[in-house]
Amino acid sequence: MSPILFIEQLLNGLQFGIMLFLMASGLTLVFGVMGLINLAHGSLFMIGAFAAAAVAGWSGSFLLGLAAALAAAAAAGVIIETVVIRRLYNRDHLDQVLATFALILILSEGTRWLFGSFPLYLERPSWLAGPVTLPGGIEYSSYRLALIVVGLAIAAGLFFLVTHTRLGDRIRAGESDREMIAALGVDISKLYTIVFALGAALAGLAGALVGAIQSVQVGMGEPVLILAFVVIVIGGIGSIKGALIGALLVGLTDTLGRFLLPILFGTVMDPASATAVGSALASMAIYMLMALVLLIRPQGLFGGAP
Amino acid sequence: MRMKSLALAAALSLSVTLPAAAEPVKVGMITTLSGGGAGLGIDVRDGFMLAVKNSGNTDLELVVEDDQQKPDIAVQLADKMIQSEKVDILTGIIWSNLAMAVVPAATAQGKFYLSPNAGPSALAGKGCHENYFNVAWQNDNLHEAAGAYANDAGFKNSFILAPNYPAGKDALTGYKRFYKGDVAGEIYTQLGQNDYAAEIAQIRASGADSVFFFLPGGMGIAFMKQYAASGVGMPLIGPAFSFDQGILQAVGEAALGVKNTSQWNKDIDNPANKAFVESFQAEYGRLPSLYASQGFDTANLILSAMGKASVGDADAFRAALEEADFDSVRGSFKFASNHHPVQDIYVREVIKEGDVFTNKIIGTALKDHADAYAAECKL
Repeated sequence: MSPILFIEQLLNGLQFGIMLFLMASGLTLVFGVMGLINLAHGSLFMIGAFAAAAVAGWSGSFLLGLAAALAAAAAAGVIIETVVIRRLYNRDHLDQVLATFALILILSEGTRWLFGSFPLYLERPSWLAGPVTLPGGIEYSSYRLALIVVGLAIAAGLFFLVTHTRLGDRIRAGESDREMIAALGVDISKLYTIVFALGAALAGLAGALVGAIQSVQVGMGEPVLILAFVVIVIGGIGSIKGALIGALLVGLTDTLGRFLLPILFGTVMDPASATAVGSALASMAIYMLMALVLLIRPQGLFGGAP
Repeated sequence: MRMKSLALAAALSLSVTLPAAAEPVKVGMITTLSGGGAGLGIDVRDGFMLAVKNSGNTDLELVVEDDQQKPDIAVQLADKMIQSEKVDILTGIIWSNLAMAVVPAATAQGKFYLSPNAGPSALAGKGCHENYFNVAWQNDNLHEAAGAYANDAGFKNSFILAPNYPAGKDALTGYKRFYKGDVAGEIYTQLGQNDYAAEIAQIRASGADSVFFFLPGGMGIAFMKQYAASGVGMPLIGPAFSFDQGILQAVGEAALGVKNTSQWNKDIDNPANKAFVESFQAEYGRLPSLYASQGFDTANLILSAMGKASVGDADAFRAALEEADFDSVRGSFKFASNHHPVQDIYVREVIKEGDVFTNKIIGTALKDHADAYAAECKL
């Protein structure tokens, strides 16, 4: 194993983690502020990807596609919040899970009805198509590098929003005491709609960015949703900082686990069984990480007291 | 009163004369019509219905249900179709794990099962059954052909990868059964994985001269796009599952020139195939995929057997199915002793026709190929 390969894998893990952060930050905000478990967050990821594919295919511009993804996911978020989610805040978590699971089915079949059953085409913009050579002779995909930069910029923007703006004050206040800020005259239902739309837009953006290197198809959001839940459990529910650290931990553990575990077992057993055992363990690695965190800090790394 | 008894007499005489005329056959199709894998089931269903429509035969009644790609639902549907719908023949299942859940129970109850897609090795070898027919292929076949093609193309050091589940393991086993060169690296990826950056970095570092991959559906789309972007550039080989008509448009330029193995392509030159491709486009407004061709052949096989024997006479009907006396869109087609196809498997290349990505046959990988499990089957 060369150092170049290792650094390349580190970058891959970083990029995967950053994309998970875009998903998990919305999920953790919604859970933290509104106390709502939103299983349909993955569907917003899918809506973003489909909107980007449709608009980029029609206009030929990837950036217009991204704008469409943000707009479509945010709009879908507003509609879902006002029509369905709003009725669920005072229900228990089982009702929320049932209702948002129904939303997954409705949105998936609705998307199939609109776009058909076959995957859509969405490609990186031509100016980010090739590889770039990094210092040290590492060849790395320019698009993935751009994903890391964009993701970090959004993370920084989100921190600024939450810690330095009026909206951020209200979000944090809403997290710690919902009744009190309503009593102080903040329009809590408007705040909820804004937070939900913000989370939706981030999920939609992640869907569009990832859709360009993966497959834009119905049901693409659910595998990511599971990982995003793992991230917020590790990071601590409601914490943006926890979501970032958790996402990077999950991204790095998953990527490096897939890469290093077979090599590690290869030193003690024959290659074929090392591959089998290594890849089996690698797919469990993030869940073992989650179990470990839960064992040591049940509230998550940055969660408040349980 | 007199009218009533007259009608009764007429009905009675009708019911006496009916068996002499062609007996209607009820076919239950359990396939995937929703979720991520729906494209495959829809193509099988559309191909099947097209064959029935083209034949003009009104004695074949079809019931279609969606299994949602879930084994438990497929089992419930099979029970319902056998017990309350009273179907004579079951068909339609796409996925091997669902087939394993449904087929043994259905054939044990005396129903025929004709597989238009899934061909797990367990049903081809020791677990074969006189009422089970596979019209598509045994799971290993296309991978074996890819291995044979890799030899012909002069590849000596392949990097191979597939998802970590039974069909993925069958794929790498099938490839290695025919491929004679060295294996530069072997990776089992996670099922449903969508990011292959880690694997591609290992391929880049491995010094291989070719890459064999079996990643069906969205996994293959993601892999090919990311592989093309990485600039690694070693030739790719795969089975047709990552290159069917529904997927290619989503992969785009990244798939151009890639070699893949298939038992069918739209340019196979025979009248049945020409008629199939033309009527499919006219009916549905899109090009058929290999799944559609398998559905089409399955229906034509049933129709051919219906012309020779009554489904009520299971032995005669089975013998008629074994003859496989229909015009397959693949050209020559016959069953081996374990009721799996003996057929040619071709090498195709991805090309662009106008602005549609599609495949062109460039050679034959294996001629009259049967599967490796037939000897274990005691039929």
